[in-house]
Amino acid sequence: MSAQAPASRAIDVRDLHKSFGDHEVLKGIDFHVDTAEVVCVIGPSGSGKSTLLRCANMLERPTSGTVLVEGIDMTDPETDLDEVRSRIGMVFQQFNLFPHLTVLRNLTLAQQRAKGRGRAEAEQCARDNLDKVGLADREGAYPAQLSGGQQQRVAIARALSMEPDMMMFDEPTSALDPELVGDVLAVMRQLANEGMTMMVVTHEMGFAREVGDKLVFMDDGVIVEEGDPRAVLSNPQHERTQAFLSKVL
Amino acid sequence: MKRSTRRRLGEGALYGLLGAVVVALAVAADWPEIQENFLNGDVLRSLWPEIVTVAAKNTVVYTVIAFAGGLALALVLALMKLSPVAPYRWLATVYIEFFRGLPALVVILAMGFAIPIAFQWRPPGGSIGAGVLALIIVSAAYIAETLRAGIQAVPVGQVEAARSLGMSGAWTTVSVVLPQALRIVIPPLTNEFVLLIKDTSLLFVLGMAIDEQELTTFSRDALTTNANSSPLLAVAVLYLIITLPLTRLVAYLERRSMVRVR
Repeated sequence: MSAQAPASRAIDVRDLHKSFGDHEVLKGIDFHVDTAEVVCVIGPSGSGKSTLLRCANMLERPTSGTVLVEGIDMTDPETDLDEVRSRIGMVFQQFNLFPHLTVLRNLTLAQQRAKGRGRAEAEQCARDNLDKVGLADREGAYPAQLSGGQQQRVAIARALSMEPDMMMFDEPTSALDPELVGDVLAVMRQLANEGMTMMVVTHEMGFAREVGDKLVFMDDGVIVEEGDPRAVLSNPQHERTQAFLSKVL
Repeated sequence: MKRSTRRRLGEGALYGLLGAVVVALAVAADWPEIQENFLNGDVLRSLWPEIVTVAAKNTVVYTVIAFAGGLALALVLALMKLSPVAPYRWLATVYIEFFRGLPALVVILAMGFAIPIAFQWRPPGGSIGAGVLALIIVSAAYIAETLRAGIQAVPVGQVEAARSLGMSGAWTTVSVVLPQALRIVIPPLTNEFVLLIKDTSLLFVLGMAIDEQELTTFSRDALTTNANSSPLLAVAVLYLIITLPLTRLVAYLERRSMVRVR
């Protein structure tokens, strides 16, 4: 792959294949996220949407194909993955906060270990981001002392503390009690309004409709349909999209 | 007969049997002989204070040194066993299986006698040094497996979170995985410590100076000198004073870790 991605491409995935053993999860995906764009990925479970997201920052190694992040080839062995990953904020379904560390330390650890920041600077940045997600008063708590919604907002603040160029969300509200979903979505909506580049794997159709710039529907390892979220959601062209949406809407 | 009556009668019979056995033993036993042999006041007084200031102290010192050394070596072995470099994994596996498969006594004899004779080399610290080194080597094999299990019990999401933040594999291991793994392995490690306390008794085969004696060697000396079994009972009590609080601690820690949510 010699072609360079346009500078405005935050994530550019070309002909991506990924197999686990004999099972092919991704069957040739072409996908991109432009800078300052919010792309939502929906689809039934097992469709490969989480795998696509995890391939974008090399948590899963693609079987073949190219993944460019801001023009940098992630599949090139010479690429400094740690450096690129520090510019991609990642939020997990299960939060994955560090349970042995306080909220503040969760936010400062990678700043100090990966970004080489001093403690004072790291704590300043951490406090700013905790304030942003509305948890400034919980910096001394341990993750187990927080509700799921609070943990997920801390996880978002942790990712933001690295001052990333883009954020990736892997079903960020799927593990939450229904009444806690709203707070997390509100934080994500605010991020989108500030112009953050975002890739969101989600089942929240309302969020996709209101916040998303582009909606991608995946099924069985391929992208079936993509386009403007309002258009896809209200007037799906493909019958698999129609079948899926009729079940979830 | 009513079901509840039958159950009460059955339980009553069990209590009756137990009482009968206790009474029979108490009547049949030669109490003065037992006291003379196992609770001889003169013999017990003659053990004091060396049984604590020398023997118990040495048991604790040898255990602590062997455990600290074993833990350090085990950490290296556990990381080797989880290494992406296959030869490291093989080496660690061979070491662990080899020393877990041998009786500790054989390794102690090897360090204390076989190697000095064969290679004209003595581990530092005389025969005690050789014995403690043997305990380090053996305990490291067991502790390494405990540590490996602890490291693998840390959810993979923790590593993914750390790596996705841009942390290197080494920093992830040091700052995220190991602190959590150590918490997980504290109960089983305490168990290893208790086993090691008891294993220091094996050092008696090496022979040692008076001021080097640990509890078992000390008691065997006193046993032969006095031709009386009281020292053995005294030493048994001291072992229990050291080990029982630790096994209770393990039980407490395991209960607590079950209650705590991830």
